[in-house]
Amino acid sequence: MVALTSAEQAMLQGDDGKAVQKAMELLVRYADALGAERFVETNNVAGVPGSSPPWVKDYYAADGGDYRAVFCRFDLDADEVFDVPRMNAFSCHLQGGMDPQLWREQGMDDAAHDNFVSDEGEVAGHGIQILKTCTPYLAGNVPVMGEHCAWMESSAVVFANSVIGARTNCEGRESTSAAMLAKRIPDWGFHRDEYRKGHHAVEVQVPVDSIYEWGMLGYYVGDAVEDTIPVITGEISDPSLIRHKHFGAAAASSGGVEMYHMVGITPEAPSVEAAFGGAPRGERFVYDQAARARIYETLNSVGSCEDVDYVMLGCPHYSIEQIAQAAAMIDGRKVHENSALWIFTSRAVKATADANGYTDILRKAGAMLMTDTCSAISQAIPKGTQVAALDSAKQVHYLPAMMGIEGWYGTTQECIDAACTGKWKGRLQ
Amino acid sequence: MSGETSETLEKPRLVIHGRKVVGGVAEGEALVTKETISGWGGVNAMTGTVIESRHELKGVSFAGKILIFPGAKGSSGWSGLFHMTRLRGTAPLAMVFNIMTTKAALGAVVMRIPTVTECDADPLEVIETGDWVRVNGDAGTIEVWDSKPGG
Repeated sequence: MVALTSAEQAMLQGDDGKAVQKAMELLVRYADALGAERFVETNNVAGVPGSSPPWVKDYYAADGGDYRAVFCRFDLDADEVFDVPRMNAFSCHLQGGMDPQLWREQGMDDAAHDNFVSDEGEVAGHGIQILKTCTPYLAGNVPVMGEHCAWMESSAVVFANSVIGARTNCEGRESTSAAMLAKRIPDWGFHRDEYRKGHHAVEVQVPVDSIYEWGMLGYYVGDAVEDTIPVITGEISDPSLIRHKHFGAAAASSGGVEMYHMVGITPEAPSVEAAFGGAPRGERFVYDQAARARIYETLNSVGSCEDVDYVMLGCPHYSIEQIAQAAAMIDGRKVHENSALWIFTSRAVKATADANGYTDILRKAGAMLMTDTCSAISQAIPKGTQVAALDSAKQVHYLPAMMGIEGWYGTTQECIDAACTGKWKGRLQ
Repeated sequence: MSGETSETLEKPRLVIHGRKVVGGVAEGEALVTKETISGWGGVNAMTGTVIESRHELKGVSFAGKILIFPGAKGSSGWSGLFHMTRLRGTAPLAMVFNIMTTKAALGAVVMRIPTVTECDADPLEVIETGDWVRVNGDAGTIEVWDSKPGG
């Protein structure tokens, strides 16, 4: 059983109100399931509190079928419905279900949009920041090294742990919603020093020096080490925010990687010894030309038709640097009449793209810069899409399987060329 | 002699001991996979069917089964997705897994199904799909029969 401080005991007894009490009850069940011995305090929580599709609200029709019913019954898994106060922790809403302006273009109907607007009003009303992105660290919530967070979103979690040195497990919807109220999360996993050491070695023997190569290596690493912590050495170079973003998202998708060490690159891996921390070393994986070719084939195994009718960029959400690059690539060109190009980012980054004129360049080319969501989250693709081209290993992992379409993985340039010609010409570079 | 035969029939082939994740008792047919499972993006909550490309269970539903698997992987939407299977009536009856993760722990909690981990024998090796399994979450035991006892 998890040990409780007197403050936590008081919350559980209802001293801080019904909602906090129910949040603590769920957190205790969760801590006991994990085998955690105590809680840590957190004041940085990112989740998807209370937002739900209409069928979930309908399920709770007897309880009012509204945000409050969903938050109490689903998010807190409580058996009753009660008033939900403003959140106590600094709390952020991650990605959502549709673009706030271009929802019609995404194929959403008025009822779905009304539901979206209503949920967003509730989220803001409960003091939760409307970041609406899978990349909160690009939109106003950058944790610091050692900070205890409770974050959802596997690509954000792996970034926070690995690149920043913040501490979070890959939390779920219910645990983050509860943590927003109770400011507690089980002291388990990545909150603890001993859990953050490497398990397996990955030696990179081919040059990995572009976002495309970092993405493929990430997909390989997740496949190799599954949910453990890899310690990566060798010919990986030129780290940057967007490369880490793509690498981590890929590794979290093909495996369950929530933290990685790159020796000499990430903050908790100044040396191989520090990264492993004396823990027993597991297997040694080698990423060579053969492994690279195999990963390319795997990522492209759901593509066969070369007529591309949809290109999606922005998984994880594009940074301003990536939007600038995409705009430069398409400036003066046009998206082909048989194709479509949608690029996804956060509202915060889009504001900069608007100011820089990138949004206009994309629009003039026939592309759309969208926020809040992505095709996998919203399950929104242009009508009739059969073949998509993607520059994200994570998105090619998910989207074709979810939507029953074909998918290609390539460089951003190959994807933009496909959007402008309607033809896939990608090859292993 | 006849009584002894009957008793043999009812006796489980195997009893495994592990640690409670979520309490309760449930029994049913085992669905065993040696591959980790993605929740959001890897499972259709409406049917409880695995949809992940290249997964050995692709197209197979765990609804009403005892799901025995190495552990959870992928999106942090794992618990939310499996929570929705509870709403849709497509959740597994119980779960047994080897690798503890926040995804699997929280998913088990919100599905409110008996769940056991840290077993004294590898459930992926000693239990086969189609075996009849009773999971007692409170006691941390897993009883296994070749087929439904008395069935």
